[in-house]
Amino acid sequence: MLQKTKLSLLIILLSMSLMSAPARASLTIDITLWLDNATPIAIVPFGWNGVGKVPMKMTDVISNDLGRSGQFAPMKENEMIELPHEGRDVNFATWRNVNMKYVVIGKIQLLANKSYQVQFQLFDVEKGTQMAGHSFKAKENQLRRLSHHISDLVYEAITGERGAFDTYLAYITVSKNRKGQNRYRLAISDSDGYNEQILFESSMPIVRPVWSPDGKQLAYVSYASGRPQIYMQNVFTKNTQQLTNFKGSNLSPAWSPDGRRMAMSLSKDGNSELYIMDLNSRRLTRITRSYGADLEPAWFPDGKSLVFTSDRGGRAQLYRIDVNEGGASGRAKRVTFDGVENLRPAVSPDGKRIALVHNTGGQYRIAILDLESEQLSLLTDGRLDESPGFAPNGSMLIYASQARGKGVLAAVATDGRASHKMRFTSGDVREPAWSPYKQD
Amino acid sequence: MNKWNKFLLVGLLASFGVACTSTSEQQTDATQQDTQTDSRTGAQDQTTIQSDPFTDPSNPLSTTTIYFDFDRSEVKAADREVVLAHARYLADNADVKIVLEGHADERGTREYNIALGERRAKAVSQLMLLQGVAQSQIDIVSFGEERPVALGHDESAWSVNRRVEILYPGR
Repeated sequence: MLQKTKLSLLIILLSMSLMSAPARASLTIDITLWLDNATPIAIVPFGWNGVGKVPMKMTDVISNDLGRSGQFAPMKENEMIELPHEGRDVNFATWRNVNMKYVVIGKIQLLANKSYQVQFQLFDVEKGTQMAGHSFKAKENQLRRLSHHISDLVYEAITGERGAFDTYLAYITVSKNRKGQNRYRLAISDSDGYNEQILFESSMPIVRPVWSPDGKQLAYVSYASGRPQIYMQNVFTKNTQQLTNFKGSNLSPAWSPDGRRMAMSLSKDGNSELYIMDLNSRRLTRITRSYGADLEPAWFPDGKSLVFTSDRGGRAQLYRIDVNEGGASGRAKRVTFDGVENLRPAVSPDGKRIALVHNTGGQYRIAILDLESEQLSLLTDGRLDESPGFAPNGSMLIYASQARGKGVLAAVATDGRASHKMRFTSGDVREPAWSPYKQD
Repeated sequence: MNKWNKFLLVGLLASFGVACTSTSEQQTDATQQDTQTDSRTGAQDQTTIQSDPFTDPSNPLSTTTIYFDFDRSEVKAADREVVLAHARYLADNADVKIVLEGHADERGTREYNIALGERRAKAVSQLMLLQGVAQSQIDIVSFGEERPVALGHDESAWSVNRRVEILYPGR
């Protein structure tokens, strides 16, 4: 008996280490649409001063980042005539001849204790001047993140807007175990889908992960207790707290911009209504009272109003309601009028646009509503596109889509001119949420 | 056990000679039942007429799934008989509890579908409460689109996924 227990413990430990193996989820990124007038940029492979192989091809990560944004068309490495590593070796005439607007060069140098010095420079080819140049020290396991950081610096130097490559995605994966039962996993990865980490696993459904404004916690809805309840979990310590324990459906957590409150949809008093929970006292304030279901609230950046889905008028449409410490401070006003249904709003970081799920003719697609012009623009052409979420700089939207019968993550530029899909091998992927900027 | 016997008796008398398969456990109960029945009716028929109302296709209690139209939560007229049969059974058996599990098809957002599934389960529950079933006998959980019975992406799959399941835990 003792033997058997030891053996099964060993098996459990073995399978746990297999589960956390980083290579488990492999990833394919399909660029489905390119911007016509993307800016040509040459990202020259970084030089390597060290022994053996270069620890990582950082320029592949940087090229992929900039290419996925749709705003840049990185030159293919095999089309480059010169591969300079020093500023003095950059011949601007060469790059002008192949119509490059910008050139990035750099080098990686091996230091003591398996650490590296990484340098890069960005040049404006027309003007023949340096636009940015930085040096960093990093351990081997930090080189991928540093690559995303360099992408951010290049993006900002050229566009004038902060880059959002050094960020995370949160999402849910669903796969079948050997008995054919579903395994739900709450995972995070880098913004390009690499470095997947599992935060929580369950045989019961998990939906709607959302980031805290400081990027350190996720809230989500889990059926682990048998019915949908809201939890929050620290991404780094994995410490988890259950926020609701009510009957009915406890859905749609949404952190207030100041991080102190959480809007949510609870059906404990009848049908689904909006509430705001003070996260310190856990006190609830009821926000809506309507005949229909009110759910999927999203905060405006000033923390003074919410936009949410309601079918109080028959079919689901979006409404906006002002809120203060005492609860609602006005009546809900309908904000969407086009199409059969509009659901699941996400507010842009500047508060001027709302991304949503738009149903016309039974097709669910991602659209963006400009609040000033009241113009609705369709961004995707899927059959069942869901869960739009803005990158923290507002340039891209991540959403859930279908490809070859599987759930995939997809991203689209908010001007609609570039998009790509990320396919994971680990089963269906859904419910993505783009993290805020990292604060460390 | 007592309640079960009583119930089987009712089912037996109500059934019209429709024999049905039953598990060996139910066989044992049924054997005891046969004796009682025989003593009352005086019949010595060799063909044992036994019926579990929850498995007898002629009994509305054997139907435990109610289907809905797209984005609707009203119980259709044709399904009322089934809901009312369950309601009468629950009203007669106050210690029996059920779970109404609401479900939706894949169209629409996940959380909207959880709310929709809950509304469907509540529509079934409302009908039952009107028949004298106690609120404490009914628990409602909605899974929205998370637990489809059919995996396709067309009306044939969607129509069977838009449902409320009447579950008797322990049965």
